[in-house]
Amino acid sequence: MEYFEVLLLGLLVVCGISTCVTKNLLASLVIFLAYSVLMSILWALMKAPDLAVTEAAVGAGISGILLFITLKKLRDIRRKADDEKDRLS
Amino acid sequence: MKKTGFLERLRDWDADRFDLTEKTAGDMHPDLSPKPLKQEIPDAPLERLATRGERAFDRLYPVLALVLGTVMIVFLFLTVLDLPPYGAADNPAHNEVTARYLGSGTAETGAVNAVAGVILDYRAFDTLGESHVLYAAITAVLILLLVQSDAPEADDPGARLMERDPILTVTASVIAPIVILFGVYNMLTGHLGPGGGFSGGAIVGAGLILLSFAFGPHRMKRIVTFRTFRIASISALCFYSVSKLYSFFCGANGLHTIFSPGTPSRILSAGLILPLNIAVGVVVSFTMYGLYSLFERGRIG
Amino acid sequence: MNDFLMKLWDSRFAVAAVILFAVGFVTLLLHRNLIKKIIGLNIMDTAAYLLLTSLGYIENRLSPILRGDDTDPAHYVNPLPAGLVLTGIVVSVSVTAVLLALTIRLYRRYHSLNVDEIYKMAQKEHGV
Repeated sequence: MEYFEVLLLGLLVVCGISTCVTKNLLASLVIFLAYSVLMSILWALMKAPDLAVTEAAVGAGISGILLFITLKKLRDIRRKADDEKDRLS
Repeated sequence: MKKTGFLERLRDWDADRFDLTEKTAGDMHPDLSPKPLKQEIPDAPLERLATRGERAFDRLYPVLALVLGTVMIVFLFLTVLDLPPYGAADNPAHNEVTARYLGSGTAETGAVNAVAGVILDYRAFDTLGESHVLYAAITAVLILLLVQSDAPEADDPGARLMERDPILTVTASVIAPIVILFGVYNMLTGHLGPGGGFSGGAIVGAGLILLSFAFGPHRMKRIVTFRTFRIASISALCFYSVSKLYSFFCGANGLHTIFSPGTPSRILSAGLILPLNIAVGVVVSFTMYGLYSLFERGRIG
Repeated sequence: MNDFLMKLWDSRFAVAAVILFAVGFVTLLLHRNLIKKIIGLNIMDTAAYLLLTSLGYIENRLSPILRGDDTDPAHYVNPLPAGLVLTGIVVSVSVTAVLLALTIRLYRRYHSLNVDEIYKMAQKEHGV
């Protein structure tokens, strides 16, 4: 059990570091969602089921959706600006 | 449309693709800038900061940040060495407050789940503040992202394409009811097991978001409009405030109250915790859906 | 040395929390990209919650959902940190939403996620 905990903690640290190092924003978001799921498993191991449910729903669900929607919106804005630039030139 | 591979499309999300390119430099959003910014920001790459002090700060900043981070980590590790070991029963965090909450919590609040008893009865004031923080957050997002309602419908080919996607529609029509049902179950049994208003509300909100993804804003208008959003959030927050006000004045410290704890481990027990869970769940679910809707379409509903 | 390692092993959750907090902090300070900064802030949040929750855990005890008539506090873990962290998670998602909305507004105006570029353009715009 202890080794499983340490394995999860190691994965958590790896996920945290690679989220911050990855250049691609989409990939870094996906890694961040994996980080949230690992965190919720750890909370279930720590006998805090309320926290595990909430983190799985909020951290991995709602935060992820908001970040993805933001990225999509930013890409749409960039494409629109690029198109207008192309049309003008 | 040009055919592109998966990796090519993935590269669309590279971090530096979002930074200012020469192509987009000086091209500002027309609605937001009253004066033409094109003359002020030339198409040529921006030159570095002017003064020497600012340039020195620019160069020193990473070094200073690393030094600050290292110092902080060293101090935090020194603190960790003094912490009690993980999982020890004589940890000073486990004091008489915990013993009281666990020992007489069920008799006083009627909640089998001690966490629900703590956050919705003993410390319900925190939870009231938290619901208002959520409401304040969505108000701030509303101010920042709301577009005029008379503006033409945003033409989003991606969204229209997704509405017709049969895989997404069929999957959503199967999964979303189950997700929403699980959320409601979570909300209603917060005093009996893991769950409660926050997680249940977030799950219901996620189900609504999934429905909106699959069936588009036009059909979602039958379920959630700005009017329902306003009425539901405001009445839930007001119900929470009024019932907790009553409970603070009349029910604290074992005074007589009309809300009895009931028989623990029944659905209709635990006094005010069940209605408060429902109120919190309504606020959270509508707020989550409203946040998604504001980010995606610039309006609620 | 062995003693020191034993100490670290005993408080392994706190060590992981400190490392994650540092990772988030350095990201927040050093990354120029606004989205990365927001993710770093989220990582710092969860690291603090991890530390708090790990302080509430007691070995060989049950989760704080009372079984039957057994209300002996010596049989359950501490429910108090869980309650605190539950509040914190929802507040952190509200903060994330507000930050993302601000990011969208900034991107609409300046077409950049780089803090330095935005700062420079804002300076130019206001003629400083």
